[in-house]
Amino acid sequence: MNNIIVGKAFVLGDNIDTDQIIPAEHLVYSLTDPEERKKYGHYAFSGVPPAEAGLPVGNTAFIEGEKTESEFSIIIGGTNFGCGSSREHAPFALKEAGAQVILAESYARIFYRNSVDGGFIIPFEATEKLNDKIKTGDKIKVNIDDCKIINETSGESFSLRPLGDVLPIIEAGGLFEYARKADMIKK
Amino acid sequence: MGMTITEKIFAKASGKDKVIPGESVWLDVDVLLTHDVCGPPTIGIWENEFGKEAKIWDKDKLVIFPDHYIFTKNHHANRNIEILREFAKKHDLPNYYDVGTDRYKGVCHIALAEEGFNLPGTVLFGTDSHTCTSGAFGMFATGVGNTDAAFILGTGKIWEKVPESMKFIFNGEMPEYLTAKDLILQILGDITTDGATYRSMEFDGEAVYSLDMWERMTLCNMAIEGGGMNGIIAADKITEEFVKARSNKPYEIFKSDSDAVYHSVREYDVSKLAPVVAKPHSPDNRASIDEVKNSKITKCYIGSCTGGKITDFRFAAPIFYGREAKVPTFIVPGSTDVDRQLNTEMYKDKTLKEVFADAGCIIAESSCAACLGGPADTIGRSEDGDYVVSTTNRNFPGRMGSKNAGVYLASAKTVAASAVSGVLADPREFI
Ligand code: SF4
Repeated sequence: MNNIIVGKAFVLGDNIDTDQIIPAEHLVYSLTDPEERKKYGHYAFSGVPPAEAGLPVGNTAFIEGEKTESEFSIIIGGTNFGCGSSREHAPFALKEAGAQVILAESYARIFYRNSVDGGFIIPFEATEKLNDKIKTGDKIKVNIDDCKIINETSGESFSLRPLGDVLPIIEAGGLFEYARKADMIKK
Repeated sequence: MGMTITEKIFAKASGKDKVIPGESVWLDVDVLLTHDVCGPPTIGIWENEFGKEAKIWDKDKLVIFPDHYIFTKNHHANRNIEILREFAKKHDLPNYYDVGTDRYKGVCHIALAEEGFNLPGTVLFGTDSHTCTSGAFGMFATGVGNTDAAFILGTGKIWEKVPESMKFIFNGEMPEYLTAKDLILQILGDITTDGATYRSMEFDGEAVYSLDMWERMTLCNMAIEGGGMNGIIAADKITEEFVKARSNKPYEIFKSDSDAVYHSVREYDVSKLAPVVAKPHSPDNRASIDEVKNSKITKCYIGSCTGGKITDFRFAAPIFYGREAKVPTFIVPGSTDVDRQLNTEMYKDKTLKEVFADAGCIIAESSCAACLGGPADTIGRSEDGDYVVSTTNRNFPGRMGSKNAGVYLASAKTVAASAVSGVLADPREFI
């Protein structure tokens, strides 16, 4: 695992539900077919109302035009990120779009588990509200070992809560890889 | 220091004497539930990780109810059911309830209770966020994604963080106009949609123990709407009677210790509560019926895992009796058992089904139907400009179909009163 992640921030509000992350109408595509799965990247965050996409200005597309990958790899949320249905397609779509890490105050439990156990994206809990301090497009450096982030655009730094028990699962790349390493299941 | 009921079940299922909130443990799973939407991708991951010829950890503990997208021409939806059917055949599954056969049940959370899979003290995981419904039986029940479900399918185990518990006590005697739906909407308005995130919601108090199992399920069903990991009600005589009539499997009753530690405790006097609704577009957007009555409505809907149980139709029937629905009103029995009961149970001189039919309601076959919108040909789906009053559990934009529709969540009594009034109405005026 790469312990330093650097990328551009995409900032969202509170209570981003799984329908905003990937609307239900797009859940029909295959998750395994290499071409079809790209559609999940293309539609990532397509359910976010335009005015609230890419704060503080808004009306910023996460995915431009016909692309399937985003220029933003650091997602900044608020409270209750990923609430709503149990669909695992949500963190999957973010991964397909090239996002690597989410920094939010809190997560809905099922989304959090899906992100970690599926090995899709790292859901960090911030120790303070970040979506009013970081702007979409800011260059962010996340240091996983120190649980610190630096906003290289503004020079501010913030701390993150340790990943705790889920760190070994994240490091392994997901629940199955973790269980293989720990000899819980056969290789 | 004592333990809560949820902590005791965690301790038992992880083989420990004691667990502490915040610690992660590996639980032995008693039942894994899945359905037509999440079953196929779960099976896909499982085959991918354990190999095509892998064995399910315990066939008797896997329960599959097709229920979400059932009566539709949608190709992808029907492909999902085909995948489940073949999987059930290949593995000779005892607990697959195929559509188009006598075994077909309808909504998974109601069917689990009816078929005797809910047992006090046990651990249930399901690929559906409303799996928390089964906590009404004094068991630990919660939703997970497909990767977690695939892991359980192969190993029978899963990690989980021991949750802190929040206690909600309802004192007093339930007034006739109030239902469990009003109680949980009351709570959600107080704690909001993330007020219980990662926590257990434990319900207690004489008003809760006066409820039958179906109503207790309504209470636990919407724990997830507060972000809760699980909802739970300690088993009592009513639970045991229900369970013994449907299962001969062993179970164990746990109760919270008097010195158990809670994150918070809230108390309510039910005699002082009024019927409430959740206005569009969030389950915590609570308003008392007085604030919203006479609001415009275009559709009524009684159905789903939280509002399509026999009790919900018993609540609605006296209000519909001898009256007419003034807006299109959908009656969707949660299960085929509920459907049969509607044909046999009487209100005065009519069966419940006759009461609804004579009032002009549209009666659908049991399934999730328009609770989550579903494919374009789903019965009861909301359309642009609709204002729906519904007994379901979520009213996010687009949840029942159109993004340009509003949904009020309410009890079956409030929905029935509104249907015969043609506007949002106070059930107290009909009781
Ligand atoms: S009835 Fe609605 S809430 Fe219940 S399982 Fe079906 S879709 Fe989900």
